[in-house]
Amino acid sequence: MDWLKIASAVFLIAMFFMILPSARRMVKESPKGTSSDWMGFVLPMAVVVLFIILLIALV
Amino acid sequence: MQMNSAVARPQEAILQTNKLIKNTYMLLSMTLIFSGVTAFFSVALNVSHGIAFAASLIGIGLLWFALPRTQNSAAGVPVIFAITGLLGFGLGPMLSYYLSVNPSIVMVAMGGTGAIFLGLSGYALSTRKDFSFMGGFIFVGMLVAIGAMVANIFLGIPALALAVSAAVIMIMSGFILFQTSAMIHGGETNYISATAGLFISILNIFTSLLHILGAFSGDD
Repeated sequence: MDWLKIASAVFLIAMFFMILPSARRMVKESPKGTSSDWMGFVLPMAVVVLFIILLIALV
Repeated sequence: MQMNSAVARPQEAILQTNKLIKNTYMLLSMTLIFSGVTAFFSVALNVSHGIAFAASLIGIGLLWFALPRTQNSAAGVPVIFAITGLLGFGLGPMLSYYLSVNPSIVMVAMGGTGAIFLGLSGYALSTRKDFSFMGGFIFVGMLVAIGAMVANIFLGIPALALAVSAAVIMIMSGFILFQTSAMIHGGETNYISATAGLFISILNIFTSLLHILGAFSGDD
């Protein structure tokens, strides 16, 4: 294992611990979404997935 | 008099929101062009993986430690340019690799990222939906993705790398909706931090899309 992989792992672990407090706060403070709220998210995500499949077919 | 101030307040809020959105997209477009220029120089200079990694590391370090201290002043603008420039420079070896095996993948990933960003931003701006409920989901998703990335550094499973790339695109797409809606609904009032968030989303979508397209075209 080269030093670049070890450095990448250390960097990602540091990033994990940098994001952790924000994630905890977000989980506690974020309002709960209704099913229609989630549908408003799922719909554009489905379009993104289909678009990526189209891009894969293009290359 | 009371009625006038009651009407004036929302109008002022709308003007503030429009100004925030305009400033964010102007700064975002300038930083994207700047990072494109630094990425071009990184490719032209054939920068090594070590130097590119160090540039990205400094960029992320500035994002974590310098930007929160400067984003409320004019000093935030050079800091955001430094961050985006360094992160663009850090893409050099990855871009060189894909340009050498199949240049069309880079163009498709670039166009695809632009289309995803414009589509999602347009969706959030036109529907004016409040995506603040997604905060927990996005941040927990980021933690899971980072955990999987660390595991795969040691495991080296190609399918896991592809799954992580797909998950990163979904999480960052969600973040674009979340950030754009925060600008509309008052959760985000600073155009420099809004630009930083959107830039990181675009960068992550681009690199993940590049990885997926490279894998499916048999060049990765």
